[in-house]
Amino acid sequence: MQKYIFSRLVQSLCILFGVLFIVFFMMQVTGDPVSLLLSRHATPQEVEEMREELGYNRPILIQFTSFVSRAVVGDFGRSFRHKQPAMDLIIERLPATVELAVTALLISLILGIPLGLISGSNPGSFWDVISRGTGLLGQTIPNFWLALILILVFSVNLGWFPSFGRETWHFMGLTLPTRSVILPAFSLSLFTMGQLIRFTRSAVLEIRSEDYVRTAYSKGIPDRKVYIRHILRNASIPLISIVGVQFGYLLSGSIYIETIFSWPGLGNLLAESIGNRDFALVQAIAFFSSFVVVTLNLLTDIAYGLADPRIRYE
Amino acid sequence: MDNNSTGQQIPTGVAASTGLAIDQKQETGLWHFIKYTAHLLARDKAGTIGLIMFVIVVLSAILAPWISPHDPLKQNLRHAKKPPAWYEKGTMEYPLGTDNLGRDILSRIIYGSRVSLTVGFFGVLIASSLGIVIGLFSGYKGGKTDNIIMGGVNMILALPYLVFVVFIAAILGSSLLNVILIFGFTDIPIFVRITRGEVIKMRASGFVESAVSIGATGNRIIFSHLLPNLIGPIVTIATFEMSAMIFYEAGLGFLGLSVPPSVPSWGNMLAAGRKYLVIYPWIATFPGLAIVFTGLGMNLLGDWLRDVLDPRMRRVKK
Repeated sequence: MQKYIFSRLVQSLCILFGVLFIVFFMMQVTGDPVSLLLSRHATPQEVEEMREELGYNRPILIQFTSFVSRAVVGDFGRSFRHKQPAMDLIIERLPATVELAVTALLISLILGIPLGLISGSNPGSFWDVISRGTGLLGQTIPNFWLALILILVFSVNLGWFPSFGRETWHFMGLTLPTRSVILPAFSLSLFTMGQLIRFTRSAVLEIRSEDYVRTAYSKGIPDRKVYIRHILRNASIPLISIVGVQFGYLLSGSIYIETIFSWPGLGNLLAESIGNRDFALVQAIAFFSSFVVVTLNLLTDIAYGLADPRIRYE
Repeated sequence: MDNNSTGQQIPTGVAASTGLAIDQKQETGLWHFIKYTAHLLARDKAGTIGLIMFVIVVLSAILAPWISPHDPLKQNLRHAKKPPAWYEKGTMEYPLGTDNLGRDILSRIIYGSRVSLTVGFFGVLIASSLGIVIGLFSGYKGGKTDNIIMGGVNMILALPYLVFVVFIAAILGSSLLNVILIFGFTDIPIFVRITRGEVIKMRASGFVESAVSIGATGNRIIFSHLLPNLIGPIVTIATFEMSAMIFYEAGLGFLGLSVPPSVPSWGNMLAAGRKYLVIYPWIATFPGLAIVFTGLGMNLLGDWLRDVLDPRMRRVKK
């Protein structure tokens, strides 16, 4: 097990180094990064000063080394717009994104798994049609459009939810979410929900025809117990990896939703900093999101290895 | 082609579900293949609907100048913000209404399909052709080469896709060519992985070994044995990837990072319509429906292709 964890850890570190490489060299692709940072009307003197200040007149390998050595300790320079270290801004915006992603994950788990379960155990039934339809729509409806339609129906026409912003509720020193999270989280969750329905359905269909399920039934174990002990339990092992990957997707994929709902999270910060040509911040967010996703993948793989011994020995 | 003989072969082939029917299909050529496919398609309602939806989108892109009721770029402030025809104030002149500058929404949606399909088609063309070459090489060589290539592929697949697409688009600047290149290159790993997987599976099965033992050259094995067997999985993945690219292109357009705002594209229309969501909701609603329509059609088509192009699946299903 230790060997397995160690090799996965080394892999993750390699990926993160690759990310630093991409993030750094993408900025060089267009030629002079300073031209991205300054406005078109900057004088040659201003350009020179900025190059000097940011160290862009040094050889490229030295620049890369210093970029990496600062990035390792979380220093991506200062945001030009906010005049603050980029990492501080990220930490400040993180709670909102986590709140949104966790809520979206909960919604998709609570709706997706039961729907997939019902659908898989009664193929061809009414609920199966509903589940498969939801799964298909989850894959085809763009979440940014769904968000607009939900705002139109539930905020503008019915007035049930606010159409933008994040409101929190402070209770005993805790910051708790309010109904303002429902619409953005639901729009974000539809794709994940569809994946979970599809996955649970096919897992249940497959496991239902296994020998041990037939044995369990033939021993006279009641339906409910067979589902909980045998079918759900076996489906839950691969489910871990789906949930891990999807959580990473929810944390890093909320750019549109956060923009539409003016949700003060990382996705919104990314869209904003692209609009402002604040590339130090864009680099920092790209690296931070990758870091979160890679770490989640690593944890998922470890959990998977713990749950299923066969994986470890591959 | 003898109509009678094909008419007999197809149903028995499908009903008997034997390998024999598939062999006969290869002997009788392309026309038979088309007929056979059409026959399988007729048995699958969802696939038929998907194909029809996709054909509608393709035709509207090709025939855009002839079927659009108006010039998609022509502004007419006197007719601005007209609601769709079924509203009280709507007219049949603008069936889906007009946007904030008085441009006809239906015409812009029809022209918008050109951007979406161009990005999807050329994006997939670049990604699949490079991906197949790299995947064949990686799977066929094996060993260290394979390890290095797959390391790179897994690295790219582990990254948050959306963040990187947005990041790269922001740096390269918005143009149709850039969008195609971004999707074309970032999607290579998907095709490498599927090609490599299939090649490794095929190498393990007998026919590659037999070809080697009768002295076939490397090129011959790749072109006459491996590539034809790859077509099924590749076409299936290509359909899903094309639909994903159309989706992501609209998303980039929504953030103002795809084609320039003057070009009618579904993403650009959504971005513009968002500002008027509360007062003139139709401006953002219809381009979104166009995206859903295209995505739904391609997904249904992809599901069907997956069942049909993989002979193993076909036998299980019938």
